[in-house]
Amino acid sequence: MKTIFKSLLVITVLSMVLGSCGKGDSKKNGALSGNAAERVYVAPGEYDEFYAFLSGGFSGQLAVYGLPSGRLFKVIPVFSVDPEKAYGFSEETKPMLNTSHGFIPWDDSHHPDISQTTGELDGRWIFINGNNTPRIARIDLTSFETAEIIEIPNSAGNHSSSYVTENTEYVVAGTRFSIPYPQKDMPINEYKGNFKGALTFIAVDPKNGSMDIKFQLMMPGFNYDLSHPGRGASHGWFFFTTYNTEEANSLLEVNASQNDKDYIAAINWKKIEEYVNNGGGKKTPTKYAHNVYNEETHSATSTIKEEVLIINPSDVPGAIYFMPTPKSPHGCDVDPTGEYIVGSGKLAAELTVHSFSKMIKAIDEKKFDGDAYGIPILQYEATLAGAVKQPGLGPLHTEFDGKGNAYTTFFISSEVVKWKLGTWEVIDRKPVFYSVGHLMIPGGNSRKPFGKYLVAMNKITKDRYLSTGPEVTQSAQLFDITGEKMEMLLDFPTIGEPHYAAGIPASMIMPKSKKIYKLEENKHPYATKSEATSKVVRKGNEVHVYMTMIRSHFAPDNIEGIQVGDKVFFHVTNLEQDYDVPHGFAVIGANTSELLIMPGQTKTNIWEPKQVGVWPFYCTDFCSALHQEMQGYIRVSPKGSNVPLTYTLDGDAVDAE
Amino acid sequence: MKKSKILMIVGSLLLLGLFVFPLWNITLEAPQYPIPLGMDIYINKFVDTHEFDIKNINLMNHYVGMQNIPETIPEFKIFPVAIGIMVVLGVIIGFFGNHKLFLAWFVLMCILGTAGMYDFYMWEYNYGHNLSPKAIMNFKNPDGSVMGFQPPLFGTKDILNFTAHSYPRTGAYFLFVGMLLTFVSFFVGKKEAKAKA
Repeated sequence: MKTIFKSLLVITVLSMVLGSCGKGDSKKNGALSGNAAERVYVAPGEYDEFYAFLSGGFSGQLAVYGLPSGRLFKVIPVFSVDPEKAYGFSEETKPMLNTSHGFIPWDDSHHPDISQTTGELDGRWIFINGNNTPRIARIDLTSFETAEIIEIPNSAGNHSSSYVTENTEYVVAGTRFSIPYPQKDMPINEYKGNFKGALTFIAVDPKNGSMDIKFQLMMPGFNYDLSHPGRGASHGWFFFTTYNTEEANSLLEVNASQNDKDYIAAINWKKIEEYVNNGGGKKTPTKYAHNVYNEETHSATSTIKEEVLIINPSDVPGAIYFMPTPKSPHGCDVDPTGEYIVGSGKLAAELTVHSFSKMIKAIDEKKFDGDAYGIPILQYEATLAGAVKQPGLGPLHTEFDGKGNAYTTFFISSEVVKWKLGTWEVIDRKPVFYSVGHLMIPGGNSRKPFGKYLVAMNKITKDRYLSTGPEVTQSAQLFDITGEKMEMLLDFPTIGEPHYAAGIPASMIMPKSKKIYKLEENKHPYATKSEATSKVVRKGNEVHVYMTMIRSHFAPDNIEGIQVGDKVFFHVTNLEQDYDVPHGFAVIGANTSELLIMPGQTKTNIWEPKQVGVWPFYCTDFCSALHQEMQGYIRVSPKGSNVPLTYTLDGDAVDAE
Repeated sequence: MKKSKILMIVGSLLLLGLFVFPLWNITLEAPQYPIPLGMDIYINKFVDTHEFDIKNINLMNHYVGMQNIPETIPEFKIFPVAIGIMVVLGVIIGFFGNHKLFLAWFVLMCILGTAGMYDFYMWEYNYGHNLSPKAIMNFKNPDGSVMGFQPPLFGTKDILNFTAHSYPRTGAYFLFVGMLLTFVSFFVGKKEAKAKA
């Protein structure tokens, strides 16, 4: 303990010295700032070279930025409601946030990962995990909308997620918090041996991306922190870092930091898949929601599934091994060749790198060091490829540039360190401001990185920006990594707290980006495809308004015969078929958000008027020169009133059905 | 076969290009339309340059009270028949006629073409001037008269925030080249007749 303390002190002093060196560097950069400015400047009307998708962390969303400019283009609502886009407020999107615990308006979004084919980014979908109420979402990269969310049963703290295998065969979700399996009422201090950690393999349909849980692997009750798939030679394996192999259930900061080494779990998923395909595993009752958004009906449906296939490690001998890795490893990163597995022991003095080929050899030669719950533990030296000595303090994550270099973030010493695969020598280190978590190189976790830029995502900004009270922004910092030394070009604020990001050349996404939804393909059951077919229909105390919007009016725009106590459904269709002409809809006193409706789309709001009167509704998106005229009135009479139900546009009255 | 006959037949047949390619195009540029709106005019239909362009042109035009571009117009029935007849006639004349008939065909085609252009102009005029009395926006010319929104018959013209371009397209070039060939065939035929005599 004392020696750790000493070495911490030494490294802290060292990092302070290095830190001040860094400041010197930044001054030098100051002289070059004109140069840096030019390299991040994207002139008006020109495009960024890359898309960067930064997770929103506790915002629950996914933000779309451009690189190198750092400009924010869109926040895609995923796990949290978004009143701006009516996500979770419109009747069509409420089912997206359904879970076995009911409707949940928020989550903590973590690790975006872009779909891959033969280990290279293909730009079809991006997946992201909800950490708190375990879920995985798939976002369509033609519409930039959340297309599907699947809940992960038997899991808690869905953190070692949502990484895709080489051909997007699976997106994987691992539990950070082990929990009783099956869930039951039991004393917490009986954790050890009784809690389990589920690793979930979700099959992805190669045609439409549809997700389906193929199997859940019930691992010992450790914390499964992060993961990455093998690639190339190691394709077919998945690697998970673990901590709390002590199986502590209280004061984890101390009690889960006692073991010298925890493990990286190496899972041969191909072997388990084969076992499952041959009828292996046990179908077990459970409950989880599967929510799918249909782009033709512009509506989501939520289905509760009641069964999942459980695999126990002992069912498939030879499929799972533990590689000892020092001190609570966090990041678990596989280099583009698939040979090296980097385990970032966050409390370790060195960065540990395992070799896949040595691992296979060790398995063949049965170089075991005992077992944990029947899972063989490989000898540490037998799988070790090498270690980066004195790299910094608090290593978290590593990405690769495809040129034989790795880049690792150090949270405590607040720096990014570039080092060489194979020789393990440190090539460069640059300070970041401050306490970096993840980093991202476009394609940097695939077989084909685009090693031009690196984005460091910082947890703390303190004095870096204009202050905004106690709560200040998190930040991203952009480095040019084309040279031997890294150069910081830019920092920009981010939404929420970005945990990881994914980047991809704009040329792979932009040409496929949708401009409008075709009205003729709109299969929403309440779509109104022409003004002539707009109508108002009463069914008991429910009133359905089939409304259209086009520059610059609603049809109908005068509605009478509504009564206090009615439940009014506004089913509003945007008849536009022009790019970038959304319309909005808001009605006074609605206990919900506005609707923001894209061309060709239908969305529904519920309005329950509580007061007699004549109430306006209007378009919330400045759609045209006559936007301010885009409004209407709805007359609300007392309950039981004999005012007939009518709806009109420009005085053309048509009696309601 | 004589050169003049070949020219006459080929010239007439080139008119068939009008059944495949657009005759004319009107394109509207505006600050809000970095991808301009456009409409191709065929001898039998109006076609969007990009999907939904005509719908969007109509939406723009409703602000100044212009009528919608119709789905179809009577000309779309007449033009194909007229062109078809002229092609058949041209080929028959090419095989069996002489250079005087070649010229007659050419003159007839010129008259028909002029009539077509005049008709197109009248349609454009009506389209640009027959404004709804309830138009949202009314614009006056400097002389106080009501501003019209007629696109140019040929060329480029600024209309409020739009720049309208009106130019021939591939079909028209088939027509021009075809007619030119028939005109040339007259002179070639005349020369051939002289040489024979």
